[in-house]
Amino acid sequence: MGMRCLAEGRGAYCQEAQRPIIEPGLSRAFRSAVWRRGSSALPSPAGKAGRACLQAQAAMNCRSEVLEVSVEGRQIEEAMLAVLHTILLHRSTGKFHYKKEGTYSIGTVGTQDVDCDFIDFTYARVSSEELDRALRKAVGEFKDALRNSGSEGVGQICLEFYQKKKSRWPFSDECIPWEVWTIKVNVVNLANEQERQICREKVGEKLCEKLINIVEVMNRHEYLPKMPTQSEVDNVFDTGLKDVQPYLYKVSYQITDSLGSSVTTTMRRLIKDTLAL
Amino acid sequence: MDTDLSSQDRKDLDKFIKFFALKTVQVIVQARLGEKICTRSSSSPTGSDWFNLAIKDIPEVTHEAKKALSGQLPAVGRSMCVEISLKTSEGDSMELEIWCLEMNEKCDKEIKVSYTVYNRLSLLLKSLLAITRVTPAYRLSRKQGHEYVILYRIYFGEVQLSGLGEGFQTVRVGTVGTPLGTITLSCAYRINLAFMSTRQFERTPPIMGIIIDHFVDRPYPSSSPMHPCNYRTTGEDNGATYPSVEDSQEVCTTSFSTSPPSQCVFTVTKAHFQTPPPVVMDTLKVPMMGLAFSHQPAALGVGSADMGYPVIFAGGLNAAHPHQLIVPGKEGGVPPVPSQPAHGTQADHERMVMCTPLDGALYSAATPSSSEDTETVSNSSEGKSASPHDLLETIFVRKVGAFVNKPINQVTMASLDIPFAMFAPKNVELEDNDPMVNPPDSPDAESPLQGSLHSEGSSGSSAGNTHDDFVMVDFKPAFSKDDILPMDLGTFYREFQNPPQLSSLSIDIGAQSMAEDLDSLPEKLAVHEKNVKEFDAFVETLQ
Repeated sequence: MGMRCLAEGRGAYCQEAQRPIIEPGLSRAFRSAVWRRGSSALPSPAGKAGRACLQAQAAMNCRSEVLEVSVEGRQIEEAMLAVLHTILLHRSTGKFHYKKEGTYSIGTVGTQDVDCDFIDFTYARVSSEELDRALRKAVGEFKDALRNSGSEGVGQICLEFYQKKKSRWPFSDECIPWEVWTIKVNVVNLANEQERQICREKVGEKLCEKLINIVEVMNRHEYLPKMPTQSEVDNVFDTGLKDVQPYLYKVSYQITDSLGSSVTTTMRRLIKDTLAL
Repeated sequence: MDTDLSSQDRKDLDKFIKFFALKTVQVIVQARLGEKICTRSSSSPTGSDWFNLAIKDIPEVTHEAKKALSGQLPAVGRSMCVEISLKTSEGDSMELEIWCLEMNEKCDKEIKVSYTVYNRLSLLLKSLLAITRVTPAYRLSRKQGHEYVILYRIYFGEVQLSGLGEGFQTVRVGTVGTPLGTITLSCAYRINLAFMSTRQFERTPPIMGIIIDHFVDRPYPSSSPMHPCNYRTTGEDNGATYPSVEDSQEVCTTSFSTSPPSQCVFTVTKAHFQTPPPVVMDTLKVPMMGLAFSHQPAALGVGSADMGYPVIFAGGLNAAHPHQLIVPGKEGGVPPVPSQPAHGTQADHERMVMCTPLDGALYSAATPSSSEDTETVSNSSEGKSASPHDLLETIFVRKVGAFVNKPINQVTMASLDIPFAMFAPKNVELEDNDPMVNPPDSPDAESPLQGSLHSEGSSGSSAGNTHDDFVMVDFKPAFSKDDILPMDLGTFYREFQNPPQLSSLSIDIGAQSMAEDLDSLPEKLAVHEKNVKEFDAFVETLQ
């Protein structure tokens, strides 16, 4: 097989700039790809690793999108929640109710508007308190980590949608991502109230752009997992919530002290992971 | 491969597209109502929620959309368009956005109608929910009420983008391929207002103008009437009543605190359509609810002359009765119900504001075309700053003139030393500045907008800053900013929180001590007893 076969399908691309995507979700995807395809997919040294990652992702139809925002400390949570909620709005359905003969009916998803306190922005989110709580918890942890990290304040939060693939014993279930959203955050410090006021408006406008980007991606109608049968539904959807049913997702984050070290640590990790096979 | 659509699929597809169009209009108009929308998720399917999304149906909007579509579906060359525009208190209007639902010829024959198309339409609606909050007009519509309102208009046919000015931008919400063509939903929005919007509209506090509400019934050149983005409207435009509106209205009474006997108490009711109203979360600058006051009939005449002024406030009463109660149905000043004084329609059959018998007292207090109405309003409020505003009483001095848009002499209450100074006669001065009385020179399209907004600029900022305990950052209480009274509610409250002591209660001032008073009493009584007959005669004259 080799690398060339892995190159079919869609590539991963960055919204902001043309560069290979290096993020936690990617490394996992890469790992899964390597597992499947065997050692022939081992990347060559660091320079080509990026491309290999892209190809690995392509093989698995895993989309990767990257968004970048610059916000002030107080705005981190709201900005993240706005983006994550918008993505999850598109990636949630109503609860499935399976009936006989393999048909199912779908519940209703409600929405509510949320005004941001520190940003001139309003977004619509799914009306589900459980979902909101889960996201707030993740974003809260991210924010704390970011603020405690140091003065640079650069980090990224990753929302990954995955499918579970049952493996035979003794192997544990695989989580195969099919869409990864990475939001890079750059925290700025502002000196006075006037700057903060301007920041409110500017970040609001930026978030508007991000949401338009998200919607654009969503409406390409690219790969989505097939609608599962009743026995498979937990491999595709998170059925644990009582009022809505988002696709299986996980949120992770990564903080970097300075831009340089982030690339190094991830690259190091990639190579280590590959060699660990 | 079977290239023709089966008849069942065809029927389904047509149904999907039709309901998609209706839901699209609902989402767009609801997003421009000026308040936050909240609907509940439900795990058990109700069967009536199209596309598995909880989107309420405002009957009037559905009616308008159906009217515009008149049985057709979007097809090539025939697009459904929702035009959102802004109309200022001075009558200037400007198109803000045009949302287009178009169909083109690119067919996707292999797609499954009942499944994939349906789900993709659902996704597209979700995208629409997201995008409608993101365009510049959203923030404008959240601040509508006093200086301007947002109107919508639905038409079917060719898309007309010329009213958006130069350099308008387009955002594509999404596309869905179907066997009959590709449905595209996009929005073209004006950007050269966006510049002004957040800065200027924000700084100016609401002008306490008299708002007359009525629909524009006259057809615009494109022959479809504009409607205010206010779901609590009476569906009057052509006298049609919407049975569903009446059936589903629940009247809830907003009661006011009792005011001292010299003032009036009235009950305001507002109706909600169908299900419980969306949760109105207090985010707007107006924490108060149910503030009402009356205005002059003269204003009615002046204001309504050429306006398609949409409903902002409920006019509650007889069309014949010149006075109208204006009630903000919710925070932010978008009123519960519009009425149509210009058309002489009562429109109160669906009116939300009803006055209790006491309003007779209200009106008798007001003199017809004299210069001032005085009225006390007590209001209750909802929202974060609820408690301080409960039982708050405010006194307004109203003057003639709809949307009196006068530049406030930069005198706020904070700068006035005299207590109750607002009652000091200022008529002459105000009259001179009243643009309704001395109309300004006719300005360009842009400048009245700016002018009206800037007039409140300085007082607005000061008002915004003087509040502490019960207001949010940009506190702009509705109906509390009065062009006559150059102060707003918060300032008033703070100003008069601690009125000066009555002189009779302060001992220092009293010349005599209590003991002396008591001593002199018997003498006074003796004197009075002598004059008993005079007193009796006097009493008899009174009877």
